[in-house]
Amino acid sequence: MIPLAHYLILGAIMFCLSVIGIFLNRKNVVILLMSIELLLLAININFLAFSHYLQDTAGQVFVFFILTVAAAESAIGLAILIVLFRNRHTINVEDLDTLKG
Amino acid sequence: MSFTQLAFYFFAAVMIFAATMVITIRNPVKAALFLVLTFVSGACVWMTLEAEFLAIVLVLVYVGAVMVLFLFVVMMLDINLARLREGFGEYLPIGGLVAVLMVLEMAIVLSADNFDQQNMPRPEPEAEGYSNTKELGRLLYTFYVYPFEIAALILLVAIIAAIALTLRKRPETKYQNPAKQVAVQREDRVRLVKMAAERRKDDQS
Repeated sequence: MIPLAHYLILGAIMFCLSVIGIFLNRKNVVILLMSIELLLLAININFLAFSHYLQDTAGQVFVFFILTVAAAESAIGLAILIVLFRNRHTINVEDLDTLKG
Repeated sequence: MSFTQLAFYFFAAVMIFAATMVITIRNPVKAALFLVLTFVSGACVWMTLEAEFLAIVLVLVYVGAVMVLFLFVVMMLDINLARLREGFGEYLPIGGLVAVLMVLEMAIVLSADNFDQQNMPRPEPEAEGYSNTKELGRLLYTFYVYPFEIAALILLVAIIAAIALTLRKRPETKYQNPAKQVAVQREDRVRLVKMAAERRKDDQS
């Protein structure tokens, strides 16, 4: 039988991978958005693992809401990305310094 | 080793591999495809946790909708990859160190007795005829009905925001305005001119 710890460690590894993804690809907004999606996936694994081992379906309901918010977030993020590219012709984070004083 | 265990470790390994490829691969299109692989493996891991409905939703919503959106956007944008990859390795040592330390810390905490087989035994599989979808729906439409409505509203806001952001007026495109066409009056189009009759040239003799 799989102990709960293995699920939690899988979630931890996925979380850390997405954190290092944000470190490495800090110039590419597309990969940053993908890393955020991975981050939310890692969180969802923890929610579902606890939901199963504690026999409480509330965890699954929370995963449902997280999926909803994540989908909305990525849709708006990509829309912003498109507007950004249309106006500035770049998605490099370094070029986006118009708010700099 | 039972089949469930085998499946869990296999899918977990595929998931970690695919996630590593997502954050390191050069081409954003390939990264998006590896993200699809990550989500599908994630759905299989969720299956081992008996969350069948959410596993299918993950495949449908993420692989079917969100990832297709990502692929559309990545292919639409003309990105200069070389500039985006500048300094990729610059933060690799420190980022890797932070990540490895975080994994180690979490592994130490999570390997404590609280989460092992004795203290947290895996529950018996649900009896035949148990429906995860039904159970989730029952909970969602009774206890969580207001949060459910708010979630629906968030999706609506997302739709409106995405459309409002990307919508633009283009003055150079020509289009018909049916309202103006219908509302047109005779005076707008026809001009009556009164003038004296003229003779033909060969008539003059």
